[in-house]
Amino acid sequence: MTATLSRPAADDQPTIFRPLPRWFPAATVVASAAVSALLQLMIGAGIVRFLLLTAVIFTLVLYVASRNQEGSRRATDRFVTSLVTSSFLLAMLPLASLTITVITRGVARFDLAFFTTDMLGVVGAGGGGKAAIIGTFIITGLATVISVPVGLLTAIYLVEYGRGRLARSITFMVDVMTGIPSIVAGLFAYALFVIFFGASVRLGIGGAIALSVLMTPVVVRSSEEMLKLVPAELREASYALGVPKYRTILKVVLPAAAAGIATGITISIARVIGETAPLLLITGSQRGVNWNPFDGRMTTLPVYAFENFTQPGTSGAGIDRAWTAALVLMIIVLGLNLVARLIARFFAPKGAR
Amino acid sequence: MTSPTTALTPQPPPPRVGGQAPQRRGDRVFAGLSLGAGVLILLTLAAVALFLITEGYPALVADKADLPYGISFWAYVGPVVFGTLLAAAVALLFAFPMSIAIALYISHYAPRRVARSLGYVVDLLAAIPSLVYGLWGVGVLAPYLVPQYGWLGRNLAWLPFFTDNASVTGRTLLTGGLVLAVMILPIMTAVNREVFLQTPTLHEEAALALGATRWEMVRMTVIPYGRSGIVSGAMLGLGRALGETIAILTVVSANPQTVSFVLNTSDNPSTIAANIAAKFPESTGLGLNALIASGLVLFVITFAVNYAARAVVARRAEFDGAAG
Repeated sequence: MTATLSRPAADDQPTIFRPLPRWFPAATVVASAAVSALLQLMIGAGIVRFLLLTAVIFTLVLYVASRNQEGSRRATDRFVTSLVTSSFLLAMLPLASLTITVITRGVARFDLAFFTTDMLGVVGAGGGGKAAIIGTFIITGLATVISVPVGLLTAIYLVEYGRGRLARSITFMVDVMTGIPSIVAGLFAYALFVIFFGASVRLGIGGAIALSVLMTPVVVRSSEEMLKLVPAELREASYALGVPKYRTILKVVLPAAAAGIATGITISIARVIGETAPLLLITGSQRGVNWNPFDGRMTTLPVYAFENFTQPGTSGAGIDRAWTAALVLMIIVLGLNLVARLIARFFAPKGAR
Repeated sequence: MTSPTTALTPQPPPPRVGGQAPQRRGDRVFAGLSLGAGVLILLTLAAVALFLITEGYPALVADKADLPYGISFWAYVGPVVFGTLLAAAVALLFAFPMSIAIALYISHYAPRRVARSLGYVVDLLAAIPSLVYGLWGVGVLAPYLVPQYGWLGRNLAWLPFFTDNASVTGRTLLTGGLVLAVMILPIMTAVNREVFLQTPTLHEEAALALGATRWEMVRMTVIPYGRSGIVSGAMLGLGRALGETIAILTVVSANPQTVSFVLNTSDNPSTIAANIAAKFPESTGLGLNALIASGLVLFVITFAVNYAARAVVARRAEFDGAAG
């Protein structure tokens, strides 16, 4: 809408202002792509180079043409428009490259064996990420079990009960806590467990504690937003019927916000399931499956990928396993994001938002 | 036994959405539980600082000779603090203008119908695990940049940032900074987009009515209105970049004692976080204490940056789109 306001109609301006024809930018894109392709033949080809060159030629041609025909103000406007647009397209390049790379390199070992074998006795090729997948689900599950009650109750406190200095400082500290570096969370878990278990402690539960330090503030923030969206009339109607406050929260407020809260929790799980650094410190890794988070090291997918990548062995089979682990991780994370959006779309209460 | 008159006197409105309701024992239990959860969060944050101090303190007071490399703790942590700041600065240098441009594209330039999905695509960048970024940085970006580093070395070696003895693996601090830039783009873009969208429509329309072009409108209304949001978004991104571990650890071939501004060499400074992750498994005793103390330094730095960012946000009372 704003765009049409700023662009005067061509036929209203008979002599003083003649804008470039509407087809001109499109034609310039095609022409600059052609010129850029020709130049590629001379200086060597590359997709990124081609796109960058096309963008530069397009911007320059359009700027010069517009400056001659429409004046400097409109030329600047067109210049910024193409700058902003190409910045956006440029930012999409890493995403595209990353997705393509992870898929093409990850499929090499994306087989049944990857999901059914661990690394016990594996030297060189073969082996799989069974232990890592199990470890990831156990540790992330435990972190969720810790974070969700604490985070949800805190959000309820902030929205329904909290006022005054304590609530303000909790809000502020939750915000600051979202910025804690993940490695610091890992160090914290280590420093906590080393007191009880002595030096070089490695435990799955420690990883869960570290992850919940990272996860809880995300749960608080998203649940808080969702609880605030519940209309005050719903609460007041419940109070008017003589329902106590805690039952109002449990039976009226929470169900109304349930879809949004579930979305937030799913996103927060996706956020921590790919964490590597804290798990590298406190859970370590081992070759076989460990079902017990309270006893000894556990392997997780990110750590598994990292170690296979940095110590691939002489045959380089570790590199393939690392990419496949990264692919599995990407699928889990994007799947969780998709689930979150589906929850938000299909379970949202009617009339909200 | 309340008289009808008192019931009719206007009650002060409830201070918050909570309002008043009958008090029962369940109420007290539930209120206590939720208060406890809130306090637990404060305690956790305090505990993080406390445990890092207790485990890091021995390294602060230890004799030089017992510490790694036989140097004092501050000489030990200095180079990695430098590397942390340098990598974050490189990341911010690229990510700051890009995040503004992308946010502007989504909020004011893209066609309305696709703007929402474009925002979602940018958010997807935030969802990708940092390890995957690291693998991508080593596997794709670093080899791609090797010829570029050679070119920079041949042509720009007179600048203090480049050497003609360029890295042949591409695993430089500049590559690491670029990967960091991609990683912090989503959060910065999200904050910027949020404040740009909150620009009062009247301001925008007034500018357009005066004959401003779209860029002039953006420059006169959207950017000034969003300035504090842009600053706090940049600081949140900076906080992320300072604390990122695994991408730097995978991408940069680093030496924790190097201090150098040269960006295309194979002898790079390390960062606090990457140094901890690299050295932790093989460290014992005071070496471990020194690593934990360096983690404390990182905690203090990121805490300060995030604190400042949130303080800027908090001054904008109506703005609440900064949650990561």
